[in-house]
Amino acid sequence: MTAGSAAAPVVEVADVTLRFKGVTAINGVSFTVGEHELFAIIGPNGAGKTSIFNVLSGVYRPQEGSVRFLGEPVLGRRPHTIAARGMARTFQNIELFENLTVIDNLMLGRAHAVRYGMFAAAGWLGPARRSELADRAAVEDIVDFLELAQYRGFPVGLLPYGVQKRVELGRALAMEPKLLLLDEPVAGMNLEETEDMARFILDIRDELEIPMIMVEHDMGLVMDLADRVLVVDFGVPITTGTPVEVQRNPDVVKAYLGEDHATGGRRSKAPSAAGTAAAGEHP
Amino acid sequence: MTATEPRRAEAATGSTPGTGPTARSGGRRPRGRPAMYTTYAQDMALLNTRGKKVGLGALLVLAVLLPFVLQDDLLRLLATGCVLSIGAIGLNLVTGYAGQVSLGHAFFLGVGAYTASVVAGDPEDEEVWGLGITFLPVWLLAAGVVAAVLGLVVAPLASRLRGLYLAIVTLGLVFIGEHVFREWDSLTGGVGVGRQAAEPVLFGMDLSRRSESFSGDQQMYWLMLAMLLLFALVGRNIARSAMGRSFAAVRDRDIAAEITGVDVRRVKRRAFVVSSFYAGCAGALWYSILGFIDPSSFGLLLSVQFIAMVLIGGVATISGSIMGAFFIALLPRLTRELPAYLPFLSSSATDTPNVFQFETLLYGLLIVLFLIFEPRGLYGVWIRVRNYWKAWPFSY
Ligand SMILES: Nc1ncnc2c1ncn2[C@@H]1O[C@H](COP(=O)(O)OP(=O)(O)OP(=O)(O)O)[C@@H](O)[C@H]1O
Ligand SMILES: [Mg+2]
Repeated sequence: MTAGSAAAPVVEVADVTLRFKGVTAINGVSFTVGEHELFAIIGPNGAGKTSIFNVLSGVYRPQEGSVRFLGEPVLGRRPHTIAARGMARTFQNIELFENLTVIDNLMLGRAHAVRYGMFAAAGWLGPARRSELADRAAVEDIVDFLELAQYRGFPVGLLPYGVQKRVELGRALAMEPKLLLLDEPVAGMNLEETEDMARFILDIRDELEIPMIMVEHDMGLVMDLADRVLVVDFGVPITTGTPVEVQRNPDVVKAYLGEDHATGGRRSKAPSAAGTAAAGEHP
Repeated sequence: MTATEPRRAEAATGSTPGTGPTARSGGRRPRGRPAMYTTYAQDMALLNTRGKKVGLGALLVLAVLLPFVLQDDLLRLLATGCVLSIGAIGLNLVTGYAGQVSLGHAFFLGVGAYTASVVAGDPEDEEVWGLGITFLPVWLLAAGVVAAVLGLVVAPLASRLRGLYLAIVTLGLVFIGEHVFREWDSLTGGVGVGRQAAEPVLFGMDLSRRSESFSGDQQMYWLMLAMLLLFALVGRNIARSAMGRSFAAVRDRDIAAEITGVDVRRVKRRAFVVSSFYAGCAGALWYSILGFIDPSSFGLLLSVQFIAMVLIGGVATISGSIMGAFFIALLPRLTRELPAYLPFLSSSATDTPNVFQFETLLYGLLIVLFLIFEPRGLYGVWIRVRNYWKAWPFSY
C-alpha cells in the first residue's frame, strides 16, 4: 500500500491554525494529499477534524497557515468558487435540500456545469434545454453508480438516513470533483449500510480515481480503506502515516484512551490490530 | 387495490425514464403505456402527464370563452385577478422559491405603474412627465426593467440580512416608496390628484376602449389572460431550470448551497431582480385596468395582500400563486354581499363594524388558518382533492 504522495499533491495544507474565542480548533496542522490517494483524518470528538474540512472548503478562514488546492491558494476565496474549482464535500450532519427530490439534489451538484443564463432559462431556449439534458444524463449515471434509481423522484427528507448519506455522496460526485471530502460517511449506519458505503468509496477511488480525504470514527473502515492517516487531538497533529504505523504509535493510543490505558483494546473506537485487513478484501 | 394496481404501479415508475443510451435518444412512448417516459426530456416537460395537458387545455378554452357569458364588471375583476397573479408569481419567486421574505412588493408595483404612465404619458401635459410612447410592449418592458434595476439595488440587503431583519428592511422600502409617490407630483400627480394610466395600445388600437365588436373590458380581459399565461410560463421555466433549483437551495440551506458551488449572493440578486420585474409589469398592467390609482395605494396593505396571496395560494408553486391571487381578487366581491345576510355588518365605511374592516380581518384570519391547517395553501388542497379522485374509490 504505497502512498500516492509522491505525485503532484492535490492539496497542500501548511501550518494551519484556527482559533475561535477561547478554543484553538486547529493547531499547526500540515499535510498533503496526492493524486489517487485516500487520506484519512482521525481523532477523538472535538479534535478539529470537521474544522479542517471547513478551512479547506472556505467556510472558516484560519488565522495562520496556508492551503493550496491544485497548486493555487485557497484561503480567502468564497466557498462556491472553491467548489467550482473541484472540491466537493459531504457533511457530518447531512446537509441536503430536504424538500427537493433526489434528482434535483444531484442536479444542484452540477452548478459548475450550467452554461445558460436567466434569459435562456425564462424561455427554456436551446442552451437551457441542452444543458439540462446533459446534466440530467450525468446525474443519472451517478444514480446508477450509487444504486439510487428507486428513490429518484422522492423528496430527500422522506428517505431513510442511510440513503440520504448516499444521496449526499451523489451530490458531491455530481460536482465532478478533483478532491472529495467525506465527513463521517458511515456515522450512524448499520453494518449493511456501512459495507455498501465502503464499497462505493472503493469504487470512487478505483473507478473514478478521485482523491479523497475521509474523517471517520469507524476505525475498521479507516484501517481497511485509507492509504495514509493523520491523527489529531485537540487540534494538534499527533502523527501521520500508514494505518499500520499509526496503530503502533503509542501517542495515538494515548490520545484515544487517555494515559491510564496502556494497550488499546476498547472495541473499534481506538485503532487496533483487528482492523488491518487489506483494502481490497473489504466486501 | 387490485383494480388500480397496474395503473398506480405505472404512475410510481412513471417518473423513471429508462436508463442506458437507447432510452435517451428515443422519443416515443411505448404503445398503451401513456404514463411511461422514455426520455429525460419527457420527464422534464412542463405538462408531463396527459391529465395535466387535458385539464389545462379545458381550463384555457373556458377562460377564453368567459367574456361571451360574463358581465363587464365581472370581467374587469377577473382581469385584475390575472394581473395580481403576475404580481403574486413574482413575490412567490423571491419569497416562496428563494426564501427571501419581502414586504416591499408594493413598492415595485408602484415603480412599474408610474414608469409605465411616464413612458406612455402625454408629453404636452404640464403637470406630469410623459414620453408619449403608448405602444404596450414598450411601456410594459420599461416598467419591468426599471423595477428590476431597483430590485438589483435592494438585493445586496438580502445578502447581509435574513428572515425577520430582511422583512423589516423591505418594510422600510414600502414606507419610503409611499412617501416618494405621495410627494413627487411630476411623477405621480400627487395625492388626491393622481395621473392617467398608460393606455394599452396594441396594433394601433387602445384595447381599453370599446371596438366595433367587443367592449373594452372584454379586450382587457383577453389581454391580461394572455399576459398571465406568458408570465406563468416564464415562471415555470425559471422554477424548473438551474436557477429555480438554486433558489430552493438558498432557501433550504445556504451553506450547503455555497459548498455545492451555488453563488448565494448572485442567486439572491437574481431572485430580487426577477421578482421586481414581475412586480413592475404587474403594477403597470394593474394601473392600466383601473385607469386611475391614487399614489397612496402602493403601501403596506398591498404588500400584505400579496403575502396573503402567496401563503393562501401555496408557497413555491406557480399555480398556487394564481389561485391565491384570484382568491384575494374575488374576496371583496363576496364580502360585499355579506350585509344582506349578516345585518350587523354595514356596507358603509363610516360605520363599525363594516365590510371593509371585516375584509381586513378575513385576510389575517385566512393567513393564520392556512398556515396552521394547510401550509401548502390552496395548491395543497387541490393536490389532496386530485389524489383523492385518483385513488377513488379507495380512500388511501
Ligand atoms: N463555529 C465555531 N465556533 C466556535 N467553536 C467552534 C466552531 N466550530 C468548531 N468549534 C470548536 O472547535 C473544536 C473542534 O470542532 P470540530 O467540529 O472540528 O471537531 P471534530 O473533530 O469534527 O469533532 P467530532 O468528531 O465530534 O465531529 C471544538 O471544540 C468545537 O467546539
Ligand atoms: Mg466533526
